[in-house]
Amino acid sequence: MFGSLLQDEQFRLKVGLAEMLKGGVIMDVVNAQQAQIAERSGACAVMALVKVPSDIRKDGGVARMSPISVIREIMNTVSIPVMAKCRIGHFVEARVLEALGVDYIDESEVLTPADEENHVDKRDFKVPFVCGARNLGEALRRIGEGAAMIRTKGEAGSGNVVEAVRHMRTIQREMKALTMLRSDELMVAAKTHQAPFELIEWVSKNGKLPVPNFSAGGVATPADAALVMALGAETVFVGSGIFKSDEPEKFARAIVKATTYWKDAEKVLEASEELPDGMKGLDVSKIPLDELMATRGW
Amino acid sequence: MSDSTSSPRTPVVGVLALQGDYEAHARAIEHAGGLSREINRADQLAEIDGLIIPGGESSTMLKLIDYENLFDPLKAFGQSKPVFGTCAGAILIARDVINPSQASFDLMDIGVERNAYGRQRDSHIVPLQAEGLGELEAVFIRAPIIRRVGSEVKVLASHRGDAVLVTQGLHMAATFHPELTADSKVHRMFIERLKP
Repeated sequence: MFGSLLQDEQFRLKVGLAEMLKGGVIMDVVNAQQAQIAERSGACAVMALVKVPSDIRKDGGVARMSPISVIREIMNTVSIPVMAKCRIGHFVEARVLEALGVDYIDESEVLTPADEENHVDKRDFKVPFVCGARNLGEALRRIGEGAAMIRTKGEAGSGNVVEAVRHMRTIQREMKALTMLRSDELMVAAKTHQAPFELIEWVSKNGKLPVPNFSAGGVATPADAALVMALGAETVFVGSGIFKSDEPEKFARAIVKATTYWKDAEKVLEASEELPDGMKGLDVSKIPLDELMATRGW
Repeated sequence: MSDSTSSPRTPVVGVLALQGDYEAHARAIEHAGGLSREINRADQLAEIDGLIIPGGESSTMLKLIDYENLFDPLKAFGQSKPVFGTCAGAILIARDVINPSQASFDLMDIGVERNAYGRQRDSHIVPLQAEGLGELEAVFIRAPIIRRVGSEVKVLASHRGDAVLVTQGLHMAATFHPELTADSKVHRMFIERLKP
């Protein structure tokens, strides 16, 4: 049955747009002016959200979908794809964003979850979805619900790449392990990962996710961006890092360069030299458990 | 992999690897019997027989081309060797671009409008008949439309009345994504152009 999901024309178009974003940087923006700076610096897409994660963290309260007028203004301002975040499980925010015509929806743990059990059933939406994951099981559950792109959760707004690294390594390691199993061992793997059997089988045969795998959460320097690419990310989301730095445009350009040339240490050096300091980071182990964003959703 | 028309050497096809679906093109090239190379520095252009500019965001690619001083080397390459642009690549290869206007290599006499079908919800897949290739599955993703076709340009396939696969001299452009289908005949056609 997932064979047919993966062959489905709508699903191929959703994954197709994710393919077009590869090797690029998707930047969090809270208004049209930031979107313009992001586009000018070489972002391959922008992500509209109500506040950048580090401010959501600082200000507390309930974080929701961005105001429609702001998203519309962003869509009218830039020619690159516009993504927007909805709360986990808030299928009505998702329908509103679809009606508005955004190019991608991020059902995101950065906003306050609307449902602590269920995610949105993403299959019968025409707009594609990206969802966060900390491990392979979580990634495959989201794909089972129709997500056409997976990103590591990392720990958004922390300026600390450690969680993004953990999540990317975990997903890669778990995929590799599946490729070594016999076919009669895959049902137990599905049970262990709490993931749909057909998707476990697909990963076991192909050694990768059936959709692009991007990285997010805590990327704060050009070297961080190159690091997550080297660990298997196909594109980088950058949130608070850019617009919390002193010179957003310079910072954004440097991240774009390091992402494109992650294999080339001299180019990453050039990108790093163009930059003043990165964003001030948080020690993730010092963040109170109930303030961690990565543990939202399952 | 290649058919009976054996050549002395397997053509080496570069894929501009700045941003976009360059890995999908590399797979399609290998599937069509060519050797693929990722290209993101000017000195690598000497190693290839032809270049594919992939799908992705044309404005993002232009920024990187500008930062890395690749505009003149890429244009010079296209003045003597074949270049094939798909989607964003078709925008970069064109003479003029609108919505919004931006720089391009002017390798083919076509005028292209970006995101001309609309946003992602207007992306679509259709079967097409292409001259010399038969039926193709054409995947259009936030695709551009070729609004103007110069007199030297040959149209191989059209969709809703607009040219979507065109050639001129050494070059080819497609507004859709042949690299996202299992069928590699469009890539084979390009590789044939690289053989002496």
